[in-house]
Amino acid sequence: MKVTFPHMGYLWISLKAMLEYLGVEVQEPPPTTKKTLILGSKHAPEFACLPLKLNLGNFMEAAEMGADTILMAGGCGPCRFGYYAQVEYAILQDLGYKYQLVVVEPPEKHISEFLARIRYITGGRPWWQVINAIRFGYIKARVVDDLEKMAQWRRPREIIPGSTDQAFSAALQLIIEARHPRDVPKAQSQGTQIMNQVQVDERKPVVKIGIVGEIYTLLEPFTNLDVERHLGRMGAEVNRSICLSEWINDHLFMGLIKGTRSSKEARRAAPPYLNHFVGGHGQESIGSTVLYAKQGFDGVIQLLPFTCMPEIVAQSILPGVSADLDIPVLTLVVDEQSGEAGTITRLEAFIDLLNRKYQQKEVLA
Amino acid sequence: MKAYLGIDVGSVSTNLVLIDEQAHIIESYYLRTNGQPILTLQKGMRKMAAKLPMKITVNGAGTTGSGRYLAGIITGADIIKNEITTHAVAASSIVPGTKTVLEIGGQDSKIIILRNGVVSDFAMNTVCAAGTGSFMDQQASRLNMPIEDFGPTALKAKTPVRIAGRCAVFAESDMIHKQQLGYNLPDILAGLCEALVRNYLNNVGKGKEILAPAVFQGGVAANVGMKKAFEKALGLEINIPEHYNVMGALGAAILAREETIKTGISNFKGFSVANAKYHAGGFECTGCPNMCEVVEIYKSKKVIARWGDRCGKWSNSIAQSEKIS
Repeated sequence: MKVTFPHMGYLWISLKAMLEYLGVEVQEPPPTTKKTLILGSKHAPEFACLPLKLNLGNFMEAAEMGADTILMAGGCGPCRFGYYAQVEYAILQDLGYKYQLVVVEPPEKHISEFLARIRYITGGRPWWQVINAIRFGYIKARVVDDLEKMAQWRRPREIIPGSTDQAFSAALQLIIEARHPRDVPKAQSQGTQIMNQVQVDERKPVVKIGIVGEIYTLLEPFTNLDVERHLGRMGAEVNRSICLSEWINDHLFMGLIKGTRSSKEARRAAPPYLNHFVGGHGQESIGSTVLYAKQGFDGVIQLLPFTCMPEIVAQSILPGVSADLDIPVLTLVVDEQSGEAGTITRLEAFIDLLNRKYQQKEVLA
Repeated sequence: MKAYLGIDVGSVSTNLVLIDEQAHIIESYYLRTNGQPILTLQKGMRKMAAKLPMKITVNGAGTTGSGRYLAGIITGADIIKNEITTHAVAASSIVPGTKTVLEIGGQDSKIIILRNGVVSDFAMNTVCAAGTGSFMDQQASRLNMPIEDFGPTALKAKTPVRIAGRCAVFAESDMIHKQQLGYNLPDILAGLCEALVRNYLNNVGKGKEILAPAVFQGGVAANVGMKKAFEKALGLEINIPEHYNVMGALGAAILAREETIKTGISNFKGFSVANAKYHAGGFECTGCPNMCEVVEIYKSKKVIARWGDRCGKWSNSIAQSEKIS
């Protein structure tokens, strides 16, 4: 058995760590690239959203490298993501791929449901080992998130262009290489050191931008045309409304780990603009925008994969939030289209706008 | 006399504007890009140089449009600014106190909200309401009429027909259907203008507060049918500036003037660039499966700029002296 799973940002680092700790052979797909997109969009239904197309491409590329079992998340609710695992599996079967499918449905009531599903893949491993493995994956996710946050802070302030990204990939490599939970703290401190060596201009004025939207699009840089990096280079500090470790804690551990930011806060902040769940992260997108406005952020960017229903709902509500709380919001719709000029023009114009607002605020203060 | 040059290299048109110190337009050119931005830009520069009176010196240059970096590198621009800023600057210089700019070009549509003379909000088409200009062009040629007649014909309408405005494909089939039913052409064209305005206001305007004075610019502003449809939908008077189709270039020129007055120097390379040998080359990088198409700009066999790579391996390898916004 050689297990693979779709890419979603740096999720693969955690999943790989967890599965390998349990002695499962893993073949992660090659990084999502144009080739993935070409493969996926050729065989996926035209009106599916981009995540499905890229998942499919990931599986096809992983199969070339010998993967034979898919580990895929499921779900239920208004977002059609819940049936992606089945649709993708059916498409792969039609194409003649010999894959086994394991769907991890999110636990509905208790974390034990999640544990039971993980155990299913790993056979008769003892409980303590399964729990340790999950912890291992989670710790890695947390460390990666911390490093990413450092990168988000450093990118707009770096003195040598590109130095943050270089340091980040070096630091990330250390985390990937940690084979055991006890190796992680050392890797983390070394990684942090590498990040701290990036020369920055701390006094440089930067605008702060919050990013909200559909989780896959938020986490996967290929999908969002590397929006975080572009913004960083244009002199904007970025905060992402959903980080991987927070998402794991919320959806798989059911909020077991206390003291981390939770999507519950975002959902609580959404009324009166959006009072109930609309699927995906639609409600969180609204709530996070409200929170960002209250925290004094200069602007918010919403990322939306074309045809994503929950985000379309959020998109139509955001102008009202933006007007009420005086926070500019820019919606970027992403799909197969990869022409960067248009995206960059929109981002540049947005940053220009925020800079002017920022200067006005400074004058008033 | 000092003058400032503004260049807007867009996907459909390449515009050049020369202004004097009071931001009055001395000369302007509107050329079709025809997919050859460098050649078109050089052609425009040659035309401009030939028309230039002897006593004028160009003291600064600015570029805008989707080809702004390319044009900026070739001409040595002092500022390289995105379209939103340049259009807003140009509109408020022509109509003082402008509060709304409606801009529809061949490719992009945008709305810019200005308050107290600064941009307070903007939106550009995300998935729909794009290519409105191109679509009208296409419909005019399908009907075998010059695009210039489109607007005046639409004005003759008595009762505009309702056309589906959601997307170009629906709009076209709806138009054909209505033609087959026997509606007359002016009513159909007026209906199409109303549909496009509706689509623009829903998809781009999205609940933004549209206040007077409103300026309508971009190539589509040539169409009086669209002006009338906007006025009907908004209940406002719509201003169309005299140079509606070169407003981006005008804004770039005005910003170049501000910039060079501030810095006191200009990087403008002069009109001689019109005759230099530039060409774009490129290759597919094989460093990773992204297979980025890297574009290279050569000035007589020397690479002066590169872009197109996702990772920055190639674009960072050339020391870029160009200033980005």
